[in-house]
Amino acid sequence: MAEILRDIAHVRTGDKGDISQIAVFALRDADYLRVLAAVTPERVAAHLPGLRPRLIRRYELPALAAVNLVLEGALQGGVTRSLSLDAHGKTLGAQLLDLPLLPE
Amino acid sequence: MTRSTLRIGAGAGFSGDRIEPALDLIEHGDLDYLAFECLAERTIGLAQAARAADPQAGFDPLLEARMRRALPLAAPRGVRIVTNMGAANTLGAARKVTEIARELGLSGYRTAAVTGDDVLDLVLAGDYPLIDRPGTSRDLGDAIVSANAYLGAQGIVMALEQGADTVITGRVCDPALFLGPLAHELDWSFDDHAMMGQGTVIGHLLECAGQVCGGYFADPGVKDVPDLARLGFPYADVCRDGVAILGKLAGSGGRIDTATVKEQLLYEILDPAAYLQADVSADFRDVRIEQVGPDRVRVSGGMGRAAPQKLKVSIAYHDGYVGEGQISYAGPGAAARGRLAIEIIRERLKIIGAQVEELRCDLIGMDAVDRRGAGGDPADVRVRIAARTSCAKSATAIGAEVEALYTNGPMGGGGVTRSVRQVLAVASTLIARELVAPRVHLEIA
Repeated sequence: MAEILRDIAHVRTGDKGDISQIAVFALRDADYLRVLAAVTPERVAAHLPGLRPRLIRRYELPALAAVNLVLEGALQGGVTRSLSLDAHGKTLGAQLLDLPLLPE
Repeated sequence: MTRSTLRIGAGAGFSGDRIEPALDLIEHGDLDYLAFECLAERTIGLAQAARAADPQAGFDPLLEARMRRALPLAAPRGVRIVTNMGAANTLGAARKVTEIARELGLSGYRTAAVTGDDVLDLVLAGDYPLIDRPGTSRDLGDAIVSANAYLGAQGIVMALEQGADTVITGRVCDPALFLGPLAHELDWSFDDHAMMGQGTVIGHLLECAGQVCGGYFADPGVKDVPDLARLGFPYADVCRDGVAILGKLAGSGGRIDTATVKEQLLYEILDPAAYLQADVSADFRDVRIEQVGPDRVRVSGGMGRAAPQKLKVSIAYHDGYVGEGQISYAGPGAAARGRLAIEIIRERLKIIGAQVEELRCDLIGMDAVDRRGAGGDPADVRVRIAARTSCAKSATAIGAEVEALYTNGPMGGGGVTRSVRQVLAVASTLIARELVAPRVHLEIA
């Protein structure tokens, strides 16, 4: 079976205004490079076609074997304005977990 | 005399958080301090609206419930409390706590209110560019309800220097609720950016209470968390050099390990090299997280640079209404009937001439929160229609039209719910820090 992000990483989702933030952590430090290869802004945007952020920034944190994805303009105006059922976008990180991994 | 270590706990991660874990920490945690973080982005706006209706209101609605149970445990043990439950009426909150202390016979109990965050008059008198969208504060006009600057920890330190047993603030940076006691007790200078950075890391890890102990973490089979119904809240043992060890009470639910701590470290962080606070621009890149025992994690390496010149200000303003209606369909063809219901509603809103500024139509179970376009027919779907309107009448029409689907819509629609709410939105701006100064008011029981 094709490997997915959930096999090698865990995620935490937060929000700030109209920005969704998804931190992705390698479950084992040895898989960090595979995590980095998997969660490029292009691949993340393609995996979540319904999201349409204005911009995705990516911050690498090798000391934590983590990468922080910052999705600007992803929350329809943010929690205080959005008409979305999940106005915080709290469910977004989990939706990244079935992102297919690139072959090793 | 400066102590060598301080134990500070977290008693709430949001306004409606569980109360028992905080009481357990006070009673059994051998704490020096407990901080309750209870103020979300628009809470002050909501509180300001409550205060407009009742001048005695405007602080956290759970303040009384929390303090009535916390004070009898905290006062005899000398556990000092810091909280932002003051919301839009910090002085009123301090008076309420003092009243409770008197009733409990805690003569001499000192409660401080830290004010100065309310910058509504400044904002109304000026014209400030918004930082999260185009436009300025003046564009929001008379819809503005409140404007509060994010203060740092200095007001809390001033209150503690005056011997406050409980410190109540309005808007402060969340980590400041922890940074204040740390700076006061461990003699940290506000000019020491590295210590401010590490203190911010500690405060940030604690401020969401249960989240660093395995709350918002469980994924059965992959990331299991024991006993979430009895999730413990965290505390940190912090040394003068800033090194902290996180822990929770033995026997409480949850887990603290490198995975839960890493997740919380980056929670709601944008650029990890520059987490902007009133007291520091904190740098999380070289934070070290090490397991040193069961449910014990050592945290070090937080750094920082000088704080930004300006303070962030949250402006709450009225932003019309949202009307909503929902209806469910099940069985073969459920999704198709849900889509037909949505088509009917779109048409109806045109026919009745509802004044809708923004319309959102979802099939819950298919695309309401999913952004992958995953598809597939679920066992049941729930149609959800939500609309932003400028008047209450049009907002009410949304639910009415969904309800009318019972007898005028597709086969087998059930379980209609409907609601109308007034929207209090938040915009952000920046203000020169010289214009904002914390002040301390002390009440003694």
